Amino acid sequence: MALQWLFIGAILLVGASMAALPIALNTLLGPKKPNKNKSETYECGIETVGETWVQLKGQYYIFGLIFLIFDIEAVFLFPWAVAYDKLQLYMVLEGVLFILILAGGLVYAWRKGALEWV
Amino acid sequence: MSDPFGGIDNFLKDLLIGFGLDSTFVAVILKLAAAAVLGGLAGATAIVLIWVERKLVARIQDRLGPNRVGPYGLLQTIADALKLLTKEVLIPAGADRLVFQMAPLLVVASVIGVWAVMPLAPGLIGSDVNVGLLYILSVGSIGTLGIMMAGLSSNNKYALLGAFRTVAQMVSFMVPLILSLLIPTLLAGSMGMADIVNSQAGLWFIFLAPLAALIFFVSSIAEVGRTPFDLMEADSEIVAGFHIEYSGMAFGMFFVGEFVHAFTISALMAVIFLGGWRGPGAEAFPLLGLVYFLIKTSIMYFVVIWVRATFPRIRIDQMNAFNWKFVTPLALVVLMVTAIVDKLAIESGWPRFLVHVIANLLMVVGTLVILRTQAAALRRRLDVVPEAPVTQPETA
Amino acid sequence: MTPEQLLFLATGAFTLIASIMVVTSPRLVHGGLWLIAALAGTAVLFVLLENGFLAVVQVAIYIDAIAILIIIVVMLTRAVMKETDPQINRTWLLASLAALLLFGGLLAIIALLGPASRPALVQPEGGLDVLGKALVDVDGFILPFEIASVLLVAALIGAIVVARTPMRGEGGDWR
Repeated sequence: MALQWLFIGAILLVGASMAALPIALNTLLGPKKPNKNKSETYECGIETVGETWVQLKGQYYIFGLIFLIFDIEAVFLFPWAVAYDKLQLYMVLEGVLFILILAGGLVYAWRKGALEWV
Repeated sequence: MSDPFGGIDNFLKDLLIGFGLDSTFVAVILKLAAAAVLGGLAGATAIVLIWVERKLVARIQDRLGPNRVGPYGLLQTIADALKLLTKEVLIPAGADRLVFQMAPLLVVASVIGVWAVMPLAPGLIGSDVNVGLLYILSVGSIGTLGIMMAGLSSNNKYALLGAFRTVAQMVSFMVPLILSLLIPTLLAGSMGMADIVNSQAGLWFIFLAPLAALIFFVSSIAEVGRTPFDLMEADSEIVAGFHIEYSGMAFGMFFVGEFVHAFTISALMAVIFLGGWRGPGAEAFPLLGLVYFLIKTSIMYFVVIWVRATFPRIRIDQMNAFNWKFVTPLALVVLMVTAIVDKLAIESGWPRFLVHVIANLLMVVGTLVILRTQAAALRRRLDVVPEAPVTQPETA
Repeated sequence: MTPEQLLFLATGAFTLIASIMVVTSPRLVHGGLWLIAALAGTAVLFVLLENGFLAVVQVAIYIDAIAILIIIVVMLTRAVMKETDPQINRTWLLASLAALLLFGGLLAIIALLGPASRPALVQPEGGLDVLGKALVDVDGFILPFEIASVLLVAALIGAIVVARTPMRGEGGDWR
């Protein structure tokens, strides 16, 4: 078991170094002529006005929150799905009840207009 | 010939033990070498993929595509890579250097990490953990993090906005993705990828759960960020999005990451719904299994490119409405119906395939009926308002 | 010192350092990123405890959803890119003394109880399907299972009520 996870860790590191290698090569091979204009922030060729930071809308938070709720629900449902072959019908219906309650939450969010991207 | 991969493994193991090394140490070294080979191959396929995509999109658009550099333009990608290698690396003033440089690494690592659990042939899987599907979902999230870091550290309003829009899109479409992946789990009785392929011995899952396959496919395309969901790199909207400030090979790594991600989801589609390496004679000759896997993945990749070359881009509010008001409720309904119907079919002894096909057909008909009534109601609402004539008719 | 022990010590040290950096980073966004590092360290610890399922659940929920949500929330506030004041105030000496005393007390209690109170690592029989069956079994955890879903919906409703953006026509900008 430990060997399997070692493979996963190794391949993640291999992936990261596969990206790091060309970037390092680029840093070595590329020209280095620093110029004040080159390191300015890009804004379609004109100068930036004001801060380079905007305040986000609250809608991003709501999407992230709904995703979090459904993610936790899925984590509960994965063991239920893995044990599906050994379950009886009433146990399957209990899982369906779980999903229905969360679908009710989604319908509430829909009716309250929390899913609009204004 | 019946087990070439096991044969290579045993040969290498005997070779290294013959050098006098401890056997667990040898196993660890072989695993690490296999990880390096698989990771390297997965990244190197990008060179072929970019050429395939450019040629295919060109032909669909009735033009030729790259055909100057090398025979049929095969060396075009290498020429582009060499060009990117010799560009100057610009880091904008005020950018967060460490985070800025770590972002492309995370994006590429998350894509290559998925190949660790991909069953390529009978007996050839990198890491047979029994939580393969959930691992794929969690590794995909590292890419989302990389994009967020790229946007945050660029010291640029548009990179910030683009990165957060991208993250919102990817996070929104993860919900139907997770829900649709629950269905192969309950059909196969396990989360491990090798088990999912093994349990498609009788019938591929795309015949048992076609709607789930469709939802998975559409959500994956939205996750990767290809057309019609490619707001992330919409040049007309937010000036190249989160990777505005990246130049040279760092930008190239984002590019490569996207292409390899598209290929990876085609492979996932082939493994989870089309039976992976299954085919006539695959158990006897594992190399044939590898060939079947590559053929199925290429077919799905062709469909992905076909979709890209055909559909226009949709707006972000259309995309959000599509996700939250159509795909997610559909995925929930499909999950519930499939769970109940499968258990009923097994307990009552009805033929499984027929029951699932009828259930999916009913769901498709139900969805179309609901969409039609909604459209009719909308049209009725719009027709009630009388239209004022735009111009007065000229009277003599 | 087996390789697993070395890996455990290294991961533990990394998680501790990341947690300290979370609370002492001058920039909020950096704090969020160090939090992700600390959560990844916890996931590796789960793998070392031979529970792959909880490790991927940790990454999928904590890093994928909660850490991203925290960074979004941090971006919803102002002045997030600027360096804030140093995160240490005048009472840091007393606070660290109290924390050290607490840590020492816990260590002493665990040492006094002796090795009998530390059971060996039990390999779970059956794996995930046993967990799944237990979640919906009438003699099992069916009631907490359903109440968990009600709790999740309550959290969703509460957050929407608190964070609802103005509906179309009430104002709100193009972003």
